[in-house]
Amino acid sequence: MTTTEVGSARRRKEDARLITGRTTWTENVTLPGMLHLAILRSPMAHARITSIDVSPALETKGVVAAFSGRDVADVQGALPCAWPVTEDMVHPDRPPIAVDEVKFMGEAVAVVAARSRAAALDAVAAIDVDYEPLPAVLDMEAALADGADLVHADKGTNRGYTWVFDSGEAGTGGDAGAAIDDAEVVIRRRYVQQRLIPAFMEPRSVVVDPTGDVYSIWSATQIPHILRFLIAAVTGTPEHKVRVIAPDVGGGFGGKLQVTPEELIAFVAAKRLGRPVKYTESRSESLVSAHHGRDVIQDLELAARRDGTVTGLRVKLMANMGAYMGLVGPGVPILGAFMYNAIYKFPAYRFECSGVFTNTTITDAYRGAGRPEATYAIERLMDELAVELGLDPMEVRRRNWIKAEEFPFTTVCGLQYDSGDYDKATDRAMELLGYADLRKEQQARRESGDSVQLGIGISTYTEMCGLAPSRVLGSLRYGAGGWETASVRMLPTGKVEVVTGTSPHGQGHETAWSQIVADQLGVPFDDVEVLHGDTRTSYKGLDTYGSRSLAVGGIALYNACQKVLDKAKPIAAHMLECDPADLEFTGGQFRVRGNPDGGKSLADCALAVFAAHDLPDGIEPTLDADAVYDPVNFSFPHGTHLCATEVDTETGRVTIRKYVAVDDVGRVINPLIVEGQVHGGIAQGIAQALFEEAVYDADGNLMTGTLVDYTLPTAADLPSFVTDRTESPAPDHPLGTKGVGEAGTIASTPAVVNAIVDALRPMGVNDIAMPCTPERVWRAVQGGAA
Amino acid sequence: MIPPSFDYAAPTTVDEAVSTLRDAGEDAKVIAGGQSLLPLLRMRFAAPSTLVDLGGVDELRHVREDGDAIVIGAMVTHARVLRDPLVKEHLPLLAQATSTVADRQIRHRGTFAGSLAHADPAGDLPAVALVLGAEMEIVGPNGRRVVPAGEFFVDYLESVVAPDEVLVSVRVPKQGSWVGRYEKFNRVAQGWALVGVAAMVRRENGAVAEARVGLTNMGSTPLRASAAEAALAGADSPDAVGAAAARAAADTRPSDDMLASADYRRHLAGVLTKRAVAGLV
Amino acid sequence: MTRVSMKVDGVEYEDEVEPRTLLVHHLREHLGKVGTVVGCDTSNCGACTVLMSDPEGRQQGVKSCSVLAVQADGREITTIEGLSGPDRTLHPVQRAFHQAHGLQCGFCTPGMIMAAVDLLAENPDPSEAEIREGLEGNLCRCTGYQNIVRAVREASAEIRGSGGGAEPAPPSQRAGEAQTPDSGLPREDVPDETIPQPVP
Repeated sequence: MTTTEVGSARRRKEDARLITGRTTWTENVTLPGMLHLAILRSPMAHARITSIDVSPALETKGVVAAFSGRDVADVQGALPCAWPVTEDMVHPDRPPIAVDEVKFMGEAVAVVAARSRAAALDAVAAIDVDYEPLPAVLDMEAALADGADLVHADKGTNRGYTWVFDSGEAGTGGDAGAAIDDAEVVIRRRYVQQRLIPAFMEPRSVVVDPTGDVYSIWSATQIPHILRFLIAAVTGTPEHKVRVIAPDVGGGFGGKLQVTPEELIAFVAAKRLGRPVKYTESRSESLVSAHHGRDVIQDLELAARRDGTVTGLRVKLMANMGAYMGLVGPGVPILGAFMYNAIYKFPAYRFECSGVFTNTTITDAYRGAGRPEATYAIERLMDELAVELGLDPMEVRRRNWIKAEEFPFTTVCGLQYDSGDYDKATDRAMELLGYADLRKEQQARRESGDSVQLGIGISTYTEMCGLAPSRVLGSLRYGAGGWETASVRMLPTGKVEVVTGTSPHGQGHETAWSQIVADQLGVPFDDVEVLHGDTRTSYKGLDTYGSRSLAVGGIALYNACQKVLDKAKPIAAHMLECDPADLEFTGGQFRVRGNPDGGKSLADCALAVFAAHDLPDGIEPTLDADAVYDPVNFSFPHGTHLCATEVDTETGRVTIRKYVAVDDVGRVINPLIVEGQVHGGIAQGIAQALFEEAVYDADGNLMTGTLVDYTLPTAADLPSFVTDRTESPAPDHPLGTKGVGEAGTIASTPAVVNAIVDALRPMGVNDIAMPCTPERVWRAVQGGAA
Repeated sequence: MIPPSFDYAAPTTVDEAVSTLRDAGEDAKVIAGGQSLLPLLRMRFAAPSTLVDLGGVDELRHVREDGDAIVIGAMVTHARVLRDPLVKEHLPLLAQATSTVADRQIRHRGTFAGSLAHADPAGDLPAVALVLGAEMEIVGPNGRRVVPAGEFFVDYLESVVAPDEVLVSVRVPKQGSWVGRYEKFNRVAQGWALVGVAAMVRRENGAVAEARVGLTNMGSTPLRASAAEAALAGADSPDAVGAAAARAAADTRPSDDMLASADYRRHLAGVLTKRAVAGLV
Repeated sequence: MTRVSMKVDGVEYEDEVEPRTLLVHHLREHLGKVGTVVGCDTSNCGACTVLMSDPEGRQQGVKSCSVLAVQADGREITTIEGLSGPDRTLHPVQRAFHQAHGLQCGFCTPGMIMAAVDLLAENPDPSEAEIREGLEGNLCRCTGYQNIVRAVREASAEIRGSGGGAEPAPPSQRAGEAQTPDSGLPREDVPDETIPQPVP
């Protein structure tokens, strides 16, 4: 194996079509005879539909069809949930179009198909609906109280499930309750993970083309394979008659890890009308109807000794599911459950989570999915513990974290952390930040009473990614496995086609996968073409989410390459008239060991199998190979993020002065792509800390329904980040890679909030709710000073 | 989203624009740069029967000197304001405030007069027009009238311009010996101002001789902070400026909404006034 | 319907449009210019940015979702698809976005590139702060903007022909001096390969 490509900062293959405007987004797909759909959405959070009349829409120019949920009630199916986390989880059927009752603002109530999008929108506005308002359930604590109004009256409860992990009961650690009872110090806090909106830049779009008995579905989705399987399952269409294509997809961040009402609506419309249909949401529709993220209330108790050693942690969550269970929504907090102990050697741990229904948009995976919440909680708590004990916050962490020589380390959750070096990453981060100098400046500003105070925030994180060993997912009641596939096809000219089951939407798989193949097969980078996202070419796969693509799909690809070499070897030996055992593969050539001349390349072998005139007896004339890799473990990237903030105490404005991230994501295929993932991840985590929040009013109206109100940071709102890496290879597979997609988001939120609280600590501030808007910070300063 | 249907007229003279408006009835709407109107149309928050586009009225594209004032036509964009030498020389406050409006692309299309006619209390330029003492020249079926900025803004998104009238130009007195500064406070760079303060000061002997303070988003219209203005006169030290600026929000009734509470807005008005004035003395 | 004529990417077009037609929809649906995309309905995201001439003929960045097609009558428009040269050589800003990894999913990229071209036309040598402010009308959810800023600086240096020698190093390059195996920056030993050109 040569390694000229892996580790190099290859510029991306994907870019050429993207920087020239010559790519295919789903919204670009236009088919002859195509109709455009528009969806009428509920303006109310909870109401009975007392009457609905679509006939005015039918009278509008250019309209071909209009239907309500009642009209398609028998054929529209229900949206799937793939993760019933407990046996008794309450899982109300979710119709794509509401039938008698709307349960959140933005829910579809009627659909129009018309010759143009403008005509469809005009017609939707003409539909008459009468609603009888029902009480909107919005507050999770109120929802769980006795006698609460119900989101689903027929279910008798707003509690979707309660899921518990207890290290004492599991036998993986001690009794957290006892640890808390016996503790020298207990830190008790409530933190709120506000509701966020993934806000991928490309609005969701779907085209369905019924041709004969085959349905071709283009969708801006992260999960073409899962979508195909579930469309077939939900609609009763034979799976082989469903083709899903995810062309270039403009970001996802978990937000496109969903089987959506809009996809099913388009399917039902195409089936009814026998014509291709397209639906593309507007941004304001996207903000109210695409799934939201986070929205968790965390009650936390951390027990410790006076020397800073943590003795136990108890976590109790309420997780807002919204009005229904999303595709993997119930499991999102469970993904976090194993991460509250983070990088630390806690001896006892208990986690309990209740999923709660409210009359709001559903929540589901959003970048990090459970792990940012966990990391935020523990990293905020470690700071609070340090303050309580009068210790430096980094020192408290060091006293508790797993040392490099202790890997592999089995945690209190029973997970085996694969590798890492927390000291090394932390030391590097401290050096890059100039930690000591900033502490001095902080002291000086405090003493002079400067109106601008300085704070330093720490976040030492790990995460579990590379979802996931299938057996583990099975034990957690997840509905699918966690393997991934790859196929390598050798073309007669020696060029290589790779088919991957991952489904990139910005991650650069075409580039990174080409680098892996180039090294393994000894072919030029440019000779590799990576195919993905069309179930006709990539019929099997589990798609892209949870930082899994490289950590799982990359290994499948590596294994497929080895199979190609295994197939080629006897053919090369035949051509070289030698024993296969005497051959080695170096520099892209099979050569007789010890003889640098006269080798045969893989291209030579490919041509030989194409002709198939002279192959060894019994050899199948192909070099193509498939591999499926089911990971033996998660992978556990880690790192230390440090943030220095300036807080204007007069206005409450927070400015990030310096942000340092030292991440360890194992071995790196393409450092440029890794750096990009880290940058983007940090930005999204900062956005949670400072800028973003989905807000409902008391009636359940989404107040942040446009990008005017849901404030995404711009270039002018963010600093440049200082990034570096340490490298602890993953020991469980030959590439040594871990995942990087979510790391930045997981790490950065607590780093920023810790920095703000650190700046204001002398004023008596020990917490600020996220997002830390200028007003909230200013109020904290007022309250603290009073 | 796509706007609802409307008729479209593209007059080439002011007179033609006015007669088109009169004929089209009161659901007609003038469009200049359209940067405020188009999002409203796309969200279907507005549904005019006719759009009367001033884009083809060449006589509205002027920036010209008129004695002690600069006259800015209705089709002069923010970008044009920013590069105009007369504005740079005589109205540096307007230039500086304009540079904070929205973003580059919107400044290329949006117009100074349009942002005044839109009368959004969260818009940056209405408060600036107030402190500059601008005068609005309005043309309608009954001829021309001139309305000072202080009488121009009626309520939230409402000015004195009648449905059949056109704001054709804005006459802005040169700053002369007055210096000015606009302080804008928003949550993200592309956000509207939570609060903005346009301050102008005439200095004498190192002290504030006279001050004008205009407030953005501190009520349903842009406001003058007259209590602070009075208190600032004679201020000769940072402490005096600070004490006077603290009165900026006196008698205001700012909105209490998701973006900011009324208390916080009042507080910000004081801080921003202090900062704006402190930068000028 | 109203007749409009405009020159788009060097070609004259004359069409009948409904007055309510947005310029971006005219470009995409009537002229097939699907390189320009729509990301929002409130003119926040900037994904639809194109260059459009003003009455004096000056090309300026505008949000084509906030211009009616009828308002663009008689104007000259450049989209992402018309940015490269006649022999399809990439514009320096396009090249720099590729070199600096200034895009991930690529959805904001057409608008971001056009906004950057517009910024550099007015300010050929912007500082990091000026770039960040100059792009405040464009949202990106993937990159955290850092490599976009880097791309614009690199493009600025290339356009000015200075090679960027006078540019202070952006912060990420300081991390590039790190003692770790590879701190994520383009390595010296990787050639700037030619970008494959799309088929016309």
